[in-house]
Amino acid sequence: MGILEIAAYVLVFTGAFFCLVGAIGVLRFPDVYSRMHSAGITDTIGALLILLGLALLAGWTLALAKLVFILVFLWMTSPTATHALAKAAKHGGVYPKLADDLAGDVAATTTTETPSSKA
Amino acid sequence: MLVGAALAILAVMGLVLIRALKGPTVYDRILAVNMFGTKTVLLLALMAFISGRHDVLDIALAYALINFIGVVAVLRFFEYDSEEALSAEIGEEDPDGNS
Repeated sequence: MGILEIAAYVLVFTGAFFCLVGAIGVLRFPDVYSRMHSAGITDTIGALLILLGLALLAGWTLALAKLVFILVFLWMTSPTATHALAKAAKHGGVYPKLADDLAGDVAATTTTETPSSKA
Repeated sequence: MLVGAALAILAVMGLVLIRALKGPTVYDRILAVNMFGTKTVLLLALMAFISGRHDVLDIALAYALINFIGVVAVLRFFEYDSEEALSAEIGEEDPDGNS
């Protein structure tokens, strides 16, 4: 287990951790637009760390070139897809939840003051 | 070691599937499916290194591209989800320039 492999496994596990964080965010956020934000986390930092870790494992081979291509395509396509999704959601009549919409949800869960009263 | 990361990615896919089933609007489902596809790409890359066969990466590369095309195609289909949104949209301004 050389230093390179340890670094690769650390990167891969950190990337997997960020993917989990993004997925939990997609589950917990109140509306489509904030879920898109959290989904973006996995596409950027999660994919980067995992593919970087694998690149360390691959070394200077053809696999490294393929991994770089995958990363470049992922980084170009996922923002575009998210943009198209946001545009379609807005055209489809989905409007983001504002602070006072959330006041209802927050009041239901917490007894302290709601965001709207703070503003 | 990599199998642990692959299991974590499988867990992520499970969570995302829950969002796909639960999602109130159709756009949540499209977002979940898009994330599922991206995680499949990562899972394929991990499997390439777990199994030691590095030519599986080509499949991951192809999947990354096709997943994007699929999501954009479905979005084009669901852009005007409800009739009133369509009429409201056309009433306000003409987004695509074709009357």
